[in-house]
Amino acid sequence: MAETGIGAAVRRKEDQRFLTGAGNYVDDIARPGQTYACFVRSPHAHARIRSVDTKKAAAAAGVVAVFTGKDVADAKLGSLFCGWMVTDRHGQPMKTTPHPVLAADTVRYVGDHVAVVIGESREAAAAGAELVSVDYQALPAVVSSVAALKSGATQVHKDVPGNLVYDWVLGDQAATETAFKRAAHVTKIDLVNNRLIPNAIEPRASVGDYDRGTDQLTLYTTSQNPHVHRLALSAFIQIAPETKIRVVAPDIGGGFGSKIFIYAEECVVLWAAKKIGRPVKWTADRVEAFQSDAHGRDHVTHAELAMDKDGKFLGFKVSTIANLGAYLSTFSSSVPTYLYGTLLAGQYATPAIFCEVKGVLTHTAPVDAYRGAGRPEATYVVERIVEEAARQLKIDPAELRRRNFIAPSAFPYQTPVALQYDSGNYVGALDKALKVADYAGFARRKAESTKRGKLRGVGFSSYIEACGIAPSQVVGSLGAGVGLYEAAEVRFNATGGVTVFTGSHSHGQGHETTFAQLVGDRLGVPIENIEVVHGDTGRIPFGMGTYGSRSLAVGGSAIDKAMDKIIAKGRKIVAHLMEASEGDIEFKKGMYTVAGTDKKMSLGEVAFAAYVPHKLPTDQIEPGLDETAFYDPKNFTFPFGTHICEVEVDPETGRTSIAKFTAIDDFGHIVNPMIVEGQVHGGIGQGIGQALLEACVYDEKTGQLLTGSMMDYALPRADDVPSYTVGLTTTPCPHNPLGVKGCGEAGAIAAPAAVMNAITDAIGAPLEMPATPARVWAALQKRAAKAA
Amino acid sequence: MKVSMTVNGKPASAEVEARTLLVEYLREHLRLTGTHVGCDTTQCGACTVHINGDAVKSCTIFAVQCEGANVLTIEGLAKDGKLHPMQESFKENHGLQCGFCTPGMVMAGIDIRRRHKNPTEETVRHELEGNICRCTGYHNIVKAILTAKM
Repeated sequence: MAETGIGAAVRRKEDQRFLTGAGNYVDDIARPGQTYACFVRSPHAHARIRSVDTKKAAAAAGVVAVFTGKDVADAKLGSLFCGWMVTDRHGQPMKTTPHPVLAADTVRYVGDHVAVVIGESREAAAAGAELVSVDYQALPAVVSSVAALKSGATQVHKDVPGNLVYDWVLGDQAATETAFKRAAHVTKIDLVNNRLIPNAIEPRASVGDYDRGTDQLTLYTTSQNPHVHRLALSAFIQIAPETKIRVVAPDIGGGFGSKIFIYAEECVVLWAAKKIGRPVKWTADRVEAFQSDAHGRDHVTHAELAMDKDGKFLGFKVSTIANLGAYLSTFSSSVPTYLYGTLLAGQYATPAIFCEVKGVLTHTAPVDAYRGAGRPEATYVVERIVEEAARQLKIDPAELRRRNFIAPSAFPYQTPVALQYDSGNYVGALDKALKVADYAGFARRKAESTKRGKLRGVGFSSYIEACGIAPSQVVGSLGAGVGLYEAAEVRFNATGGVTVFTGSHSHGQGHETTFAQLVGDRLGVPIENIEVVHGDTGRIPFGMGTYGSRSLAVGGSAIDKAMDKIIAKGRKIVAHLMEASEGDIEFKKGMYTVAGTDKKMSLGEVAFAAYVPHKLPTDQIEPGLDETAFYDPKNFTFPFGTHICEVEVDPETGRTSIAKFTAIDDFGHIVNPMIVEGQVHGGIGQGIGQALLEACVYDEKTGQLLTGSMMDYALPRADDVPSYTVGLTTTPCPHNPLGVKGCGEAGAIAAPAAVMNAITDAIGAPLEMPATPARVWAALQKRAAKAA
Repeated sequence: MKVSMTVNGKPASAEVEARTLLVEYLREHLRLTGTHVGCDTTQCGACTVHINGDAVKSCTIFAVQCEGANVLTIEGLAKDGKLHPMQESFKENHGLQCGFCTPGMVMAGIDIRRRHKNPTEETVRHELEGNICRCTGYHNIVKAILTAKM
């Protein structure tokens, strides 16, 4: 079993279909009689819609139907919504806004959806969309969060005075101020966490299908959480009862958060399919993805760290303005609050922390969770200021961290910002990272770089994250509109194979392999005989889906719990068939044995007996071997680690190259180390992208999206990033049955601070992300001018 | 317009519009959906196929320009159920996650190895400029291309 069991680098089961072109992505789906949707989108950042004339479009060749904001209003389609109610510093609920699936009177960002044209072909729909004539009265727009807060700023929604959705606080302000009063040294920093556009390589797509005979609606859509979609389409958009909607998220080409949310297009497509009685398909082109996928990050922060004379952290205060875009996306409100402020303790035993966050509306695309969601922003603030403090105090940055880490003996550790860390060994990860990165040899490498006329720098990032979201009661008390358990069904078939139905959703994470390993290892079934089913509300139990690195910790634990039930039922069956007491029956790796005897029975034999129950008292033992479990986590999990980046900057061009990137992470127990490494690589790639290349830019005056294509928005390419050195320490999670934590976001959380700390070390000047050659060069010139 | 070509070793011909892109012809007319579309500016490379042995982005060539050409897509790589060494190497090295950029990466990888007998990591990274992956951070893709047994 070792070669496919827990801990084995099993090659992925799903790869065969992906490598042979046999995957089934949403745009690959073709339903009989299918039509195509094209959305008419606002060219303005802010405008009043005076009128929409659809006559020409409706009459055009190949156009099947045209729908506008008035049509969806007449049909009483519900509003898109934000599912997390944040309470502000005065105890008041945050301000919310209606968000119709097609705008009726006002558009609020470039790309806002105004109408939809449905055609016999993609081309006919697109040509028809060109013929929809919208009379806009352009209005002034505000795109920066800081500008939107200024008095007299243009209002995005009349229901949100001053564009302020909430003014939220966390922590003990008085205690923090007191700590600052007795500080020997205070380090201050101003940071911008640059706005990003997720850019999963598969654009969003949806196919709506309606079966007149059964009155059933099916939505094939790019979702990370199909049941959440079904719930929203039913309860909020009010298209049909949940029993009449099936949501299928088949193979999905990456998500990174952007496919969690409920978007207008998928609602319209499903509603329109019933309306016209034919399937309707929509596939975003990349320009639409840039304009209308939920964006990420976009924080402006001032932070101060108070220390005693030895560099011990006494207090930390953080003030952040978070841009939420033009409407509140599905989980947007929680990202800069409960997923950000709560992480500001980092790995440190800072006794007093106070954080205030203003959530602000602007005339930009909605902003929501993007890989890491709040935690990269928190890590960036903490790790940039800690590094800055080390430089100011002339203490080695590793040493300053070591002095302030929460000690391994201090767990469980209650932070001053709500979370209770369950376990950790921060110094262990730091020490390993120093060794693997050969920190001791940095001075020599720097000297060598200097000889070649290059500037070399090193930067650290010792991050913490809260994954495995989350205990339902806790998130409920914080305003979440949903529970955050996970569901699983383990169906042992009569002939020995196992089908696992999971509420988690794989969009690249390899669940079909990892979950098969989990089940195979415990139930003694070869992984070839295990099928993992996900992404179809018609097949799986009600699950919450995949985000926040939760699949293994929550979804895997649900599978484990279902296996508990399978094993327990099997034990009853064995006890009966072997005339033994249940208490004497042991189970290991698929085999039941009766203690003190040589009697044994495999789980496969038990399954056959369960499905062919000729010898079972079926009034006491139900036939079948098929169990469902819901697992609600007891706490978040807290992965951590230290990443160390070394860069070389060319002072002539300002170009940065990453010379070395070392990541030591602690994810608890590992099921498939190959997949875990791959997740870390990918996260680091995105983190480096944020640090060096990526920035979503809106024109301040016009509100136009200036980075609206892959030619304007710089995604990392193979020659922008290095090979990474990754390694692990292992501190199991104490409160889930698998001892696992989650690995999907660590790289994206840790990397930006490590890279920026390295560059600022190299150039000796402050710098904002992305550290483009132009910015680095300008910073160097400015520093030189200052010195002269 | 009528267009005829060989696709994955088989003759294929159809009536297409002059504006039909090769990728549309492959995906929508021939239902070869393994070739993907990830952008609209010839940047992402998810649609990379081989035309007469060269890696070409099938979103940036009209179907009618391929008259008489020999086109190979991801579906035509494995022979008799046996993966091509580049496919094998991607699997072995975990060079794919969500699988969406993968067909383009594999087709580009084969072309890189055809043109560079013993490429360095730097060469592979430079050559891969035209293919974007958002999942893997490229680490294992580069490894897969470098170590493919071809």
